[in-house]
Amino acid sequence: MTHPPNLSPAYRSTILRAPSRPAVAFKTDPDAIELTSPVFGHQEVGALDADLTRQHAGEPIGERIIVTGRILDSSGRPIRNTLVEAWQANAAGRYAHEGDRHPAPLDPNFTGAGRCLTDDEGRYRFVTIKPGAYPWRNHHNAWRPAHIHFSVFGTAFTQRLVTQMYFPGDPLFPFDPILQSVPDAAARERLVAAFDLDVTEPEWALGYRFDVVLGRTPTED
Amino acid sequence: MITPSQTVGPFFGHALPYETGPDLVPDGYPGAITVTGRVLDGAGEPVPDALLELWLGETGTRGVLRRDGEGASGFGRCATAPDGTYRFRTARPAGPYLALLVFARGLLRAVATRVYLQDGPDPLLDSLEPERRATLVAREDGDVYRFDVRLQGEGETVFLEF
Repeated sequence: MTHPPNLSPAYRSTILRAPSRPAVAFKTDPDAIELTSPVFGHQEVGALDADLTRQHAGEPIGERIIVTGRILDSSGRPIRNTLVEAWQANAAGRYAHEGDRHPAPLDPNFTGAGRCLTDDEGRYRFVTIKPGAYPWRNHHNAWRPAHIHFSVFGTAFTQRLVTQMYFPGDPLFPFDPILQSVPDAAARERLVAAFDLDVTEPEWALGYRFDVVLGRTPTED
Repeated sequence: MITPSQTVGPFFGHALPYETGPDLVPDGYPGAITVTGRVLDGAGEPVPDALLELWLGETGTRGVLRRDGEGASGFGRCATAPDGTYRFRTARPAGPYLALLVFARGLLRAVATRVYLQDGPDPLLDSLEPERRATLVAREDGDVYRFDVRLQGEGETVFLEF
Protein backbone atom coordinates (compact mmCIF):
# COMPACT_ATOMS: atom_id res chain seq x y z
CA MET A 1 0.00 0.00 0.00
CA THR A 2 1.42 3.36 -1.02
CA HIS A 3 -0.49 5.80 1.15
CA PRO A 4 -0.55 5.72 4.95
CA PRO A 5 -3.69 4.35 6.62
CA ASN A 6 -6.01 6.94 8.15
CA LEU A 7 -5.32 5.75 11.67
CA SER A 8 -1.68 5.60 12.63
CA PRO A 9 -1.77 5.80 16.45
CA ALA A 10 1.95 6.56 16.84
CA TYR A 11 1.07 9.87 15.21
CA ARG A 12 -1.29 10.95 17.94
CA SER A 13 -3.27 13.54 15.99
CA THR A 14 -4.74 10.76 13.86
CA ILE A 15 -6.55 9.21 16.84
CA LEU A 16 -9.49 11.63 16.88
CA ARG A 17 -9.28 12.76 13.29
CA ALA A 18 -8.88 9.62 11.20
CA PRO A 19 -12.16 8.56 9.57
CA SER A 20 -13.22 5.24 11.11
CA ARG A 21 -15.13 4.01 8.08
CA PRO A 22 -13.45 3.05 4.85
CA ALA A 23 -13.84 5.54 2.02
CA VAL A 24 -16.75 4.70 -0.28
CA ALA A 25 -15.42 3.46 -3.60
CA PHE A 26 -17.80 4.04 -6.42
CA LYS A 27 -17.58 4.03 -10.17
CA THR A 28 -17.62 7.64 -11.26
CA ASP A 29 -19.50 8.57 -14.37
CA PRO A 30 -17.47 10.33 -17.06
CA ASP A 31 -19.08 13.64 -16.07
CA ALA A 32 -17.91 13.45 -12.45
CA ILE A 33 -16.34 16.81 -11.70
CA GLU A 34 -13.54 15.15 -9.73
CA LEU A 35 -12.09 14.02 -13.06
CA THR A 36 -11.13 17.60 -13.86
CA SER A 37 -8.80 20.04 -12.15
CA PRO A 38 -8.30 23.79 -12.08
CA VAL A 39 -6.12 25.25 -14.81
CA PHE A 40 -3.65 27.89 -13.68
CA GLY A 41 -2.57 30.86 -15.74
CA HIS A 42 1.10 31.82 -15.95
CA GLN A 43 0.18 35.37 -14.98
CA GLU A 44 -1.08 34.03 -11.63
CA VAL A 45 2.38 32.94 -10.48
CA GLY A 46 5.19 35.48 -10.14
CA ALA A 47 8.64 34.86 -11.57
CA LEU A 48 10.21 35.08 -8.10
CA ASP A 49 7.62 32.94 -6.33
CA ALA A 50 9.84 29.86 -6.77
CA ASP A 51 12.90 31.50 -5.19
CA LEU A 52 12.39 31.44 -1.42
CA THR A 53 15.73 33.18 -0.90
CA ARG A 54 14.68 36.39 -2.68
CA GLN A 55 11.38 37.28 -1.05
CA HIS A 56 12.80 39.79 1.43
CA ALA A 57 15.33 42.62 1.55
CA GLY A 58 18.19 40.37 2.62
CA GLU A 59 19.23 36.77 2.15
CA PRO A 60 18.06 34.11 4.59
CA ILE A 61 20.53 32.36 6.86
CA GLY A 62 21.21 28.75 6.01
CA GLU A 63 22.51 26.34 3.43
CA ARG A 64 21.23 27.44 0.00
CA ILE A 65 19.81 24.54 -2.00
CA ILE A 66 18.06 23.86 -5.30
CA VAL A 67 15.17 21.39 -5.28
CA THR A 68 13.91 20.27 -8.64
CA GLY A 69 12.10 17.35 -10.19
CA ARG A 70 9.19 16.34 -12.33
CA ILE A 71 5.51 15.87 -11.69
CA LEU A 72 4.43 12.70 -13.47
CA ASP A 73 1.31 10.63 -13.88
CA SER A 74 1.35 6.97 -12.96
CA SER A 75 2.42 6.05 -16.50
CA GLY A 76 5.44 8.32 -16.27
CA ARG A 77 4.03 11.05 -18.47
CA PRO A 78 4.84 14.64 -17.48
CA ILE A 79 2.06 16.79 -16.06
CA ARG A 80 2.46 20.20 -17.64
CA ASN A 81 1.44 23.57 -16.30
CA THR A 82 0.31 22.24 -12.94
CA LEU A 83 0.69 24.17 -9.71
CA VAL A 84 3.35 23.05 -7.24
CA GLU A 85 3.42 24.72 -3.83
CA ALA A 86 6.17 24.23 -1.26
CA TRP A 87 6.54 25.39 2.33
CA GLN A 88 8.98 24.71 5.12
CA ALA A 89 10.67 25.74 8.36
CA ASN A 90 13.72 27.98 8.31
CA ALA A 91 17.30 26.79 8.79
CA ALA A 92 16.81 26.79 12.57
CA GLY A 93 13.71 24.61 12.38
CA ARG A 94 11.16 27.37 12.96
CA TYR A 95 8.12 28.13 10.81
CA ALA A 96 7.05 31.69 10.06
CA HIS A 97 3.69 30.70 11.54
CA GLU A 98 2.23 32.26 14.66
CA GLY A 99 1.38 28.81 16.06
CA ASP A 100 4.98 27.61 16.06
CA ARG A 101 6.35 27.99 19.61
CA HIS A 102 9.69 26.27 19.10
CA PRO A 103 12.27 28.53 20.79
CA ALA A 104 14.46 28.80 17.72
CA PRO A 105 15.05 32.10 15.94
CA LEU A 106 12.79 33.41 13.23
CA ASP A 107 14.61 34.69 10.16
CA PRO A 108 13.31 38.07 8.99
CA ASN A 109 14.50 37.21 5.49
CA PHE A 110 12.69 33.90 5.22
CA THR A 111 8.99 33.14 4.99
CA GLY A 112 9.39 29.64 3.64
CA ALA A 113 6.59 29.51 1.08
CA GLY A 114 6.90 29.24 -2.70
CA ARG A 115 5.03 28.13 -5.77
CA CYS A 116 5.55 27.51 -9.46
CA LEU A 117 3.97 25.94 -12.51
CA THR A 118 5.56 22.93 -14.18
CA ASP A 119 7.07 23.32 -17.63
CA ASP A 120 6.40 21.20 -20.73
CA GLU A 121 8.43 18.35 -19.28
CA GLY A 122 6.56 18.47 -15.99
CA ARG A 123 9.56 20.06 -14.30
CA TYR A 124 9.48 22.40 -11.30
CA ARG A 125 12.40 24.11 -9.58
CA PHE A 126 12.71 25.87 -6.24
CA VAL A 127 15.66 27.74 -4.75
CA THR A 128 15.51 27.75 -0.96
CA ILE A 129 17.56 27.01 2.14
CA LYS A 130 17.77 23.64 3.82
CA PRO A 131 15.18 23.49 6.61
CA GLY A 132 16.19 22.48 10.12
CA ALA A 133 14.82 19.58 12.18
CA TYR A 134 12.50 20.64 14.96
CA PRO A 135 10.87 19.20 18.09
CA TRP A 136 7.16 18.52 18.37
CA ARG A 137 5.00 17.33 21.22
CA ASN A 138 3.80 14.04 19.78
CA HIS A 139 5.80 12.00 22.32
CA HIS A 140 8.82 12.39 24.60
CA ASN A 141 11.83 13.76 22.71
CA ALA A 142 10.00 13.81 19.39
CA TRP A 143 11.82 15.48 16.48
CA ARG A 144 10.71 15.85 12.90
CA PRO A 145 13.39 15.11 10.32
CA ALA A 146 14.09 18.08 8.06
CA HIS A 147 11.44 18.23 5.35
CA ILE A 148 9.79 20.42 2.74
CA HIS A 149 6.01 20.22 2.33
CA PHE A 150 4.73 19.83 -1.24
CA SER A 151 1.26 20.41 -2.65
CA VAL A 152 0.54 19.25 -6.21
CA PHE A 153 -2.63 19.46 -8.31
CA GLY A 154 -2.38 17.25 -11.43
CA THR A 155 -5.03 16.88 -14.12
CA ALA A 156 -7.88 15.53 -11.96
CA PHE A 157 -9.08 16.52 -8.52
CA THR A 158 -8.71 12.83 -7.60
CA GLN A 159 -4.94 13.21 -8.06
CA ARG A 160 -4.58 16.10 -5.61
CA LEU A 161 -1.61 15.34 -3.38
CA VAL A 162 -0.01 16.93 -0.35
CA THR A 163 3.18 15.28 0.82
CA GLN A 164 6.58 15.92 2.41
CA MET A 165 10.05 15.64 0.93
CA TYR A 166 12.88 14.48 3.17
CA PHE A 167 16.66 14.70 2.82
CA PRO A 168 18.84 11.64 2.26
CA GLY A 169 20.47 9.92 5.21
CA ASP A 170 18.59 11.70 7.99
CA PRO A 171 19.13 9.81 11.27
CA LEU A 172 15.66 10.82 12.48
CA PHE A 173 13.82 8.68 9.90
CA PRO A 174 13.28 5.61 12.13
CA PHE A 175 11.87 7.76 14.94
CA ASP A 176 9.40 9.82 12.91
CA PRO A 177 5.81 8.53 13.10
CA ILE A 178 4.73 10.65 10.13
CA LEU A 179 7.27 9.20 7.69
CA GLN A 180 6.84 5.76 9.28
CA SER A 181 3.06 5.97 8.78
CA VAL A 182 3.78 4.88 5.20
CA PRO A 183 3.79 1.12 5.67
CA ASP A 184 5.96 0.10 2.74
CA ALA A 185 9.71 0.77 2.99
CA ALA A 186 10.08 1.25 -0.76
CA ALA A 187 7.25 3.79 -0.74
CA ARG A 188 8.93 5.69 2.14
CA GLU A 189 12.08 5.85 0.04
CA ARG A 190 10.12 7.71 -2.62
CA LEU A 191 9.68 10.58 -0.14
CA VAL A 192 13.44 11.03 0.16
CA ALA A 193 15.09 13.39 -2.32
CA ALA A 194 18.30 12.36 -4.06
CA PHE A 195 21.40 14.53 -3.85
CA ASP A 196 22.32 15.34 -7.45
CA LEU A 197 25.67 16.78 -8.50
CA ASP A 198 24.21 17.73 -11.88
CA VAL A 199 21.64 19.92 -10.18
CA THR A 200 24.26 21.34 -7.84
CA GLU A 201 25.66 24.68 -9.00
CA PRO A 202 29.39 25.27 -8.39
CA GLU A 203 30.25 27.89 -5.77
CA TRP A 204 26.58 28.46 -5.13
CA ALA A 205 24.11 25.74 -4.02
CA LEU A 206 23.68 22.00 -3.48
CA GLY A 207 21.07 20.33 -5.65
CA TYR A 208 18.41 17.76 -4.81
CA ARG A 209 16.07 15.90 -7.11
CA PHE A 210 12.54 14.94 -6.06
CA ASP A 211 10.00 13.55 -8.50
CA VAL A 212 6.34 13.27 -7.61
CA VAL A 213 4.17 10.59 -9.19
CA LEU A 214 0.44 11.16 -8.90
CA GLY A 215 -2.16 8.43 -8.63
CA ARG A 216 -4.16 6.97 -11.47
CA THR A 217 -7.34 8.71 -12.41
CA PRO A 218 -10.47 6.54 -12.71
CA THR A 219 -10.52 7.11 -16.47
CA GLU A 220 -7.11 5.45 -16.78
CA ASP A 221 -8.42 2.15 -15.40
CA MET B 1 5.35 4.09 -8.37
CA ILE B 2 3.03 6.58 -6.75
CA THR B 3 4.32 9.12 -4.24
CA PRO B 4 2.76 8.56 -0.79
CA SER B 5 0.67 11.23 0.87
CA GLN B 6 1.80 12.97 4.07
CA THR B 7 -0.12 15.26 6.38
CA VAL B 8 -0.40 18.97 5.63
CA GLY B 9 0.65 19.45 9.28
CA PRO B 10 -0.33 22.35 11.53
CA PHE B 11 1.87 25.02 9.95
CA PHE B 12 0.54 25.74 6.46
CA GLY B 13 -1.21 29.02 7.28
CA HIS B 14 1.63 31.20 5.97
CA ALA B 15 1.79 29.27 2.72
CA LEU B 16 -1.42 27.79 1.33
CA PRO B 17 -4.36 30.07 2.20
CA TYR B 18 -4.66 33.30 0.23
CA GLU B 19 -6.85 36.26 0.93
CA THR B 20 -9.39 35.76 -1.84
CA GLY B 21 -9.26 31.96 -1.69
CA PRO B 22 -12.72 31.53 -0.11
CA ASP B 23 -14.36 33.95 -2.57
CA LEU B 24 -14.85 32.23 -5.91
CA VAL B 25 -17.06 35.10 -7.07
CA PRO B 26 -16.84 38.87 -6.59
CA ASP B 27 -19.25 40.72 -4.30
CA GLY B 28 -22.67 41.11 -5.85
CA TYR B 29 -22.29 38.18 -8.22
CA PRO B 30 -25.82 37.26 -9.31
CA GLY B 31 -27.09 33.99 -7.87
CA ALA B 32 -24.05 33.46 -5.64
CA ILE B 33 -24.41 31.10 -2.69
CA THR B 34 -22.55 30.63 0.57
CA VAL B 35 -21.31 27.18 1.53
CA THR B 36 -20.35 27.14 5.18
CA GLY B 37 -20.04 24.81 8.13
CA ARG B 38 -17.68 23.35 10.67
CA VAL B 39 -15.05 20.64 10.64
CA LEU B 40 -15.37 18.41 13.71
CA ASP B 41 -13.24 15.60 15.11
CA GLY B 42 -14.27 12.29 16.65
CA ALA B 43 -14.99 13.95 20.01
CA GLY B 44 -17.23 16.52 18.33
CA GLU B 45 -14.60 19.21 18.91
CA PRO B 46 -13.90 21.79 16.20
CA VAL B 47 -10.82 21.32 14.04
CA PRO B 48 -9.17 24.76 13.98
CA ASP B 49 -6.34 23.83 11.64
CA ALA B 50 -8.02 22.27 8.62
CA LEU B 51 -7.78 23.47 5.03
CA LEU B 52 -10.70 22.96 2.65
CA GLU B 53 -10.68 23.09 -1.13
CA LEU B 54 -13.86 23.49 -3.15
CA TRP B 55 -14.07 22.56 -6.84
CA LEU B 56 -16.97 23.17 -9.21
CA GLY B 57 -15.63 21.23 -12.17
CA GLU B 58 -14.67 24.18 -14.39
CA THR B 59 -11.84 26.65 -13.95
CA GLY B 60 -14.10 29.51 -14.97
CA THR B 61 -13.23 32.95 -16.21
CA ARG B 62 -11.99 34.44 -12.95
CA GLY B 63 -8.44 33.65 -11.84
CA VAL B 64 -7.76 30.94 -9.28
CA LEU B 65 -4.85 32.45 -7.34
CA ARG B 66 -5.33 36.03 -8.45
CA ARG B 67 -9.02 36.75 -8.60
CA ASP B 68 -8.79 38.96 -11.67
CA GLY B 69 -11.09 38.62 -14.64
CA GLU B 70 -14.84 38.73 -14.82
CA GLY B 71 -17.27 36.08 -13.72
CA ALA B 72 -16.72 33.10 -11.43
CA SER B 73 -13.80 30.87 -10.54
CA GLY B 74 -14.30 27.14 -10.07
CA PHE B 75 -11.76 26.69 -7.28
CA GLY B 76 -11.65 27.96 -3.73
CA ARG B 77 -9.49 27.38 -0.68
CA CYS B 78 -10.37 28.20 2.92
CA ALA B 79 -8.65 27.48 6.24
CA THR B 80 -10.86 26.84 9.25
CA ALA B 81 -11.17 29.48 11.97
CA PRO B 82 -10.37 28.69 15.64
CA ASP B 83 -13.99 27.53 16.06
CA GLY B 84 -13.65 25.08 13.16
CA THR B 85 -15.76 27.07 10.73
CA TYR B 86 -15.13 27.62 7.05
CA ARG B 87 -17.03 29.72 4.54
CA PHE B 88 -17.01 29.86 0.75
CA ARG B 89 -18.86 32.26 -1.51
CA THR B 90 -19.42 30.63 -4.89
CA ALA B 91 -21.57 30.37 -7.99
CA ARG B 92 -23.92 27.43 -8.19
CA PRO B 93 -22.33 24.39 -9.83
CA ALA B 94 -23.67 23.12 -13.16
CA GLY B 95 -24.60 19.80 -11.55
CA PRO B 96 -26.10 18.84 -8.18
CA TYR B 97 -22.91 18.86 -6.10
CA LEU B 98 -19.56 20.50 -5.41
CA ALA B 99 -16.38 18.53 -4.75
CA LEU B 100 -14.69 19.15 -1.40
CA LEU B 101 -11.27 18.13 -0.11
CA VAL B 102 -10.24 18.44 3.53
CA PHE B 103 -6.64 18.56 4.71
CA ALA B 104 -5.60 18.76 8.37
CA ARG B 105 -2.98 17.89 10.92
CA GLY B 106 -3.82 14.30 11.82
CA LEU B 107 -5.05 13.49 8.34
CA LEU B 108 -2.23 11.60 6.68
CA ARG B 109 -4.10 11.88 3.41
CA ALA B 110 -6.72 14.40 2.34
CA VAL B 111 -10.31 13.21 2.57
CA ALA B 112 -12.63 13.77 -0.39
CA THR B 113 -16.35 14.30 -0.20
CA ARG B 114 -19.21 16.00 -2.04
CA VAL B 115 -21.54 18.78 -1.00
CA TYR B 116 -24.96 18.12 -2.54
CA LEU B 117 -27.08 21.25 -2.59
CA GLN B 118 -30.24 19.20 -2.43
CA ASP B 119 -31.29 15.59 -2.14
CA GLY B 120 -32.49 13.79 -5.24
CA PRO B 121 -31.82 10.77 -7.42
CA ASP B 122 -28.08 10.33 -7.80
CA PRO B 123 -25.85 7.30 -8.39
CA LEU B 124 -23.69 8.01 -5.35
CA LEU B 125 -26.46 9.10 -2.95
CA ASP B 126 -28.63 6.16 -3.99
CA SER B 127 -25.85 3.73 -3.06
CA LEU B 128 -25.80 4.88 0.58
CA GLU B 129 -27.91 4.03 3.63
CA PRO B 130 -30.22 6.92 4.65
CA GLU B 131 -28.13 8.16 7.60
CA ARG B 132 -24.96 8.03 5.57
CA ARG B 133 -26.66 9.69 2.61
CA ALA B 134 -27.75 12.58 4.82
CA THR B 135 -24.11 13.47 5.59
CA LEU B 136 -23.61 14.59 1.98
CA VAL B 137 -26.64 16.85 1.66
CA ALA B 138 -26.27 20.48 2.74
CA ARG B 139 -28.98 22.21 4.79
CA GLU B 140 -30.46 25.02 2.76
CA ASP B 141 -31.24 28.34 4.40
CA GLY B 142 -31.92 30.94 1.71
CA ASP B 143 -28.71 31.34 -0.28
CA VAL B 144 -26.69 29.76 2.54
CA TYR B 145 -25.90 26.05 2.46
CA ARG B 146 -24.67 24.53 5.72
CA PHE B 147 -22.41 21.52 5.47
CA ASP B 148 -20.47 20.16 8.44
CA VAL B 149 -17.60 17.72 7.97
CA ARG B 150 -17.45 15.11 10.74
CA LEU B 151 -14.12 13.38 10.36
CA GLN B 152 -14.88 10.48 12.70
CA GLY B 153 -17.56 8.83 14.82
CA GLU B 154 -21.26 9.53 15.04
CA GLY B 155 -22.57 11.10 11.86
CA GLU B 156 -19.20 10.59 10.19
CA THR B 157 -19.23 12.20 6.76
CA VAL B 158 -19.08 9.86 3.79
CA PHE B 159 -15.62 10.09 2.26
CA LEU B 160 -14.93 8.92 -1.24
CA GLU B 161 -12.31 6.80 -2.96
CA PHE B 162 -12.19 7.26 -6.71
